[in-house]
This record gives sequence, structure tokens and C-alpha cells, in this order.
Amino acid sequence: MQDPRFDYLLRLGDNALVLSQRLSEWVGKGPAIEEDMALSNTALDLIGQARLWLTLAGEIEGETGVAKRDEDALAYLRDAHQFRNLLLVERPNGSYAETLMRQFLFDAGHHLLLEGLVASTDARIAEIAAKALKEVSYHLRRSADLVVRLGDGTAESHKRMQAALDELWMYTGEMFTADAVDDAMAAQYGTPVAASLRAPWLALVGRTLATATLRMPDPEAWMQKGGKQGRHSEHLGYLLAEMQFLQRAYPGQRW
Amino acid sequence: MVSITRPATADLWSWLAAVEDPEIPVISIVDLGIVRDLRWDDATCVVTVTPTYSGCPATHVISQSIVDALHGHGVEDVRIETRIAPPWTTDWMSDAGKQALRDYGIAPPLQRAQTIAVADIGRGAPAAAPDIACPRCASTAVELVSQFGSTPCKALYRCKACREPFDHFKCH
Repeated sequence: MQDPRFDYLLRLGDNALVLSQRLSEWVGKGPAIEEDMALSNTALDLIGQARLWLTLAGEIEGETGVAKRDEDALAYLRDAHQFRNLLLVERPNGSYAETLMRQFLFDAGHHLLLEGLVASTDARIAEIAAKALKEVSYHLRRSADLVVRLGDGTAESHKRMQAALDELWMYTGEMFTADAVDDAMAAQYGTPVAASLRAPWLALVGRTLATATLRMPDPEAWMQKGGKQGRHSEHLGYLLAEMQFLQRAYPGQRW
Repeated sequence: MVSITRPATADLWSWLAAVEDPEIPVISIVDLGIVRDLRWDDATCVVTVTPTYSGCPATHVISQSIVDALHGHGVEDVRIETRIAPPWTTDWMSDAGKQALRDYGIAPPLQRAQTIAVADIGRGAPAAAPDIACPRCASTAVELVSQFGSTPCKALYRCKACREPFDHFKCH
């Protein structure tokens, strides 16, 4: 098996990259200017984190003796099946309720994962995680706050937030389902055991949803999986077609 | 002509202290706390920079400004090194920098940056931090309008005394 860090770093980088691209779709048409700015700033943090993770993935690829790819090659020149992001982050934006609920469910898992990665024995991973964690705790604070305000808001906002939660729930299990890459990383580089993040995630999410007067779906419900291994929904292809258009149509083009 | 005399380190720092942040041109990159180290590697002046936010679009401009400033003072060979650990924090901002922000109309970060306790997340709207004061009238009767402002490092507040909105440079 190749160095597990390469796939693992692609997962971290692709989550940030794909979610950033999704949030960027809102730019200029957010429901209020404050929300427009918040989404674009969150997208900016995530694109910055994606660059750090993908650059490191490329360096590690180079260390294994394969031709090293830089952040741009990894972002723009891979096809959907080579992406390693969670299915959750490629979900379409839908209504603002779905965008916010997706953000909250992801932020909660992202925050817990980064907290664990700060203790990784790979210094480069730990350093990026420490930097990203500061930004993501702000993301989580904001998305949790909005889930509470809209969940415990009007009858209409409550209904939409509950529907978004029910719709997205089956995409959350993947965060806590380990495969050989996760296991190898935990054993060799002290990264969090995926399943160990589930209880704190359920506690954090459950507490927020309770405050928001939203009903938490069954944690034992059947869950989708496959994104981390490159088996994606049809939505990712459309997202990449837009994101990668320039480099595909004009290879090597630079600003 | 190739200069073989190295300028004094104090001079280098003073030259960099004149380089402004491109987004907030009243604070220098030294007062912002992002220049972490200056050293010589043979004839190359190595400047170590710690970026603020991962995605801050000013990072590239800042690096170029550093190179330009040093070139302007005759330092031919400059290399920028990026260091991300420990991560940048507003605790590194100088008092002069904070005062410059206030004079410009931005409430500076006064609290020590701290990690938000996960246990406190999801318990409703966060209260305004007690030491954010309106940069115009100094009232502490302020309320949060938006958790993000015109740049990633700022949030938008409103003063309930003088009714003016203002930016707050977030504790980070």
C-alpha cells in the first residue's frame, strides 16, 4: 500500500476544497449581505486550508518517488473518482436551510477531527491542523448559532431546518467510518480513530439541535458511504466541471 | 554594483515597519505581528512571515511588498519563508498597531485569543465581548451585526450609543 498520508491528506484537502466551491456558488446571491459575506469568508478560509493540505499531499507523493503534483494539479486535474471528499460536502446547496445545516454538521465533525490532528505525530499535519482549527472553531460557532436561531425561529424556518436535517443525516455517518487508510494513519501517525469522534459529535450536535428545538434523527439509521474512497454522487461531476473548466479548456493557463 | 555590506538588523526592521498591510493600510506588517524573523543566509536576507488566515488574499501582496521594500533600500537578495506554526494570533499585534486601528475606526482585538470551548457552542447567540468599545465614541454598548466583515479578520458591530456601525478586528 502506498503512503497512507497521501490519501488521507487528499480527504482533508478535498473536503475543504469542495465545500469551499459549494459556498462560493452563493457569492453575490446570499439572502442578506451579512450572510453573503459570511459564506464567502468561510469559503476563503476553506480554500486556504485546502491549499495547505493539497500542497502537503503533493510533497508526500513526491517523497514516495512518484512525480509530485502541486496544489493546482491536484485540484484542477483530477477526475471525480480521484476525489476523496465526504459525500456530505458535495451535496447541492439547496435552500439556505440546507446550506446552513450541511455547514453545521460538517463544522462539528471538522472541528473534532482537527482537534485530534493537532496531536498527530506528523509535525506538518499537526501544524496545519492547529492553524485550521482556529478558523474552524469560528465557523462552528457561527453555524451552530444560526441553526439555533432558525430552528427555534418561525414555523417556516423551523420546518425547513428540520427537513434539511432529515435530508442530510444519512451523509454524516461517513465521518466516523474508518477504512484501511484511517486505520493506518491512526496507527502510524496518531491521527484520531474515526469511530472515536462519533460520541462527541453526537453530543455536540444533539445539544445544539435540542436548543434549536429540532428533532435529531436516529443515530443508528442507515448511512451513505463511499466519498472517502472516490465513489461519489452525480453532483460532484457538475461541481468539478465548473471548477476545473479553465484548466481543462486552456491547459497550463496562468493568471 | 553588488552591495556586500549587510544593513543592521534594526534598520531592516524599521524598513519593514513601513510596509503597510494592503487591506488595512494604517497598520504595518510588523505591528500586525506577521513578521516573525529576519536573518541572513550568506548574502540573502531571509524574512519569515506567518500568514494571518489560511485563505487571506493579502498574503501574496504582503510578500511582494516586503521584497519591494527591501529592494528599495538596496537589499538585493531577499527570500520570504512562510512559517505556519505556531499559528498567527492577534496576541502578537503591538499596542501601537491596536491604537492605529482604533484611530482608523476599527475596534482592535483586546482580549487574549482563546479557543472557543466546544461546550459553549450551540447555546444561542454569543454575547458581545465586554471589552469591545466603539472606536468613535468609546461606548461599550455595542452589538454584533455580522460575524464576518469586509475581510476574514473582522466582524461587524453597531454602537448603540452613537448608532454607528464599525468593524472589529476579531481576537484570533
